[in-house]
Amino acid sequence: MPRATQKSYYWIGFRTGLPFLLVVMPFGMLFGVVATEAGFTSVQTMAFSSVVFAGAAQFTALQLMADDAPFLIVVATALAVNLRMAMYSASLAVWLGRAPLWKRALIAYVNVDQSYAVSMNRYEDEPDLSLTQRIGFFFGAVTPVCPMWVVATGLGIWFGDTIPDWMALDFAVPICFLAIIAPMMRTLAHMVSAVASIVLALVFSGLPYNLGLLVAAAVAMIVGAQVEMWMSRRAEA
Amino acid sequence: MNPSMDAGYIWTIIIVLGVGTYLIRFSFLGLIGGKDLPDWVLRHLRYTAVAVLPGLVAPLVLWPAATGGEVDPARLSAALVTFGVGLLTRNVVAAITLGGATLFGMIWLTGAY
Repeated sequence: MPRATQKSYYWIGFRTGLPFLLVVMPFGMLFGVVATEAGFTSVQTMAFSSVVFAGAAQFTALQLMADDAPFLIVVATALAVNLRMAMYSASLAVWLGRAPLWKRALIAYVNVDQSYAVSMNRYEDEPDLSLTQRIGFFFGAVTPVCPMWVVATGLGIWFGDTIPDWMALDFAVPICFLAIIAPMMRTLAHMVSAVASIVLALVFSGLPYNLGLLVAAAVAMIVGAQVEMWMSRRAEA
Repeated sequence: MNPSMDAGYIWTIIIVLGVGTYLIRFSFLGLIGGKDLPDWVLRHLRYTAVAVLPGLVAPLVLWPAATGGEVDPARLSAALVTFGVGLLTRNVVAAITLGGATLFGMIWLTGAY
């Protein structure tokens, strides 16, 4: 009963993804509020959330546009924020690479931090899952989160300024990312890379157009790769 | 918002970011496996998430715009709890829940709003 099995893994994925609504809802609403305040029309705000579909990059672009940054800086920085998804794509391809092209095309569209993280954990915990079960799990994990991202954006536009300050919607973003980053601290190389990213981003925060983050991320990637090579040389020696 | 940001400019940004982001997401899934990539590229890609996200979050934690860039005890302790719980339990949901509880608890305790 391959069909039934895929169905059950779909629902396991669904339940795993469900708690992320706790962060996706405030995050999406905040985007609706901020984009409207920045002068985006409702249609532009909704299109932004559904076409780009990447919260952190959307906020980054919005911030830079409000700061009057040049076009190329807006695009380069927002895409740099999304570059981590190339890595997500590479590691998902190991598990889902044999899916038909149209399914991979759809998986790519909804490949967000949360769905990636829970799916990879599941694939590594249960390496014997069939391709169908893996795909079922992935789409299950995505189902509660992704449509609600767009709905939440709409709610943010709708409620606008009436959302009280004490709800601290702004902090949904850092909390979500910190919760995602913490389990990634698997090796010394990951930790050193993260520390380098933090220190350099703070040191270079004065640079115009968020260039500081670009510099920090590029150097932190090199640092991570170098520490990894150093560690494997040490292990061999 | 500055006056140079007309509708055409906003739509161009949306479309360019949409296409660019999709191509990034599709990249290796589309090429199947990425096995042909040289090791040094994969070695750097492994660290993109930990190289980008902490740097993105650090200023938001230390100098939140909501408090005018002042260090805020509620946000700072919520961030530390979130990260600490995530590190110890490797459980994203536990980290978010306890971090959020810390944030609202501290906002209530300090009477920030």
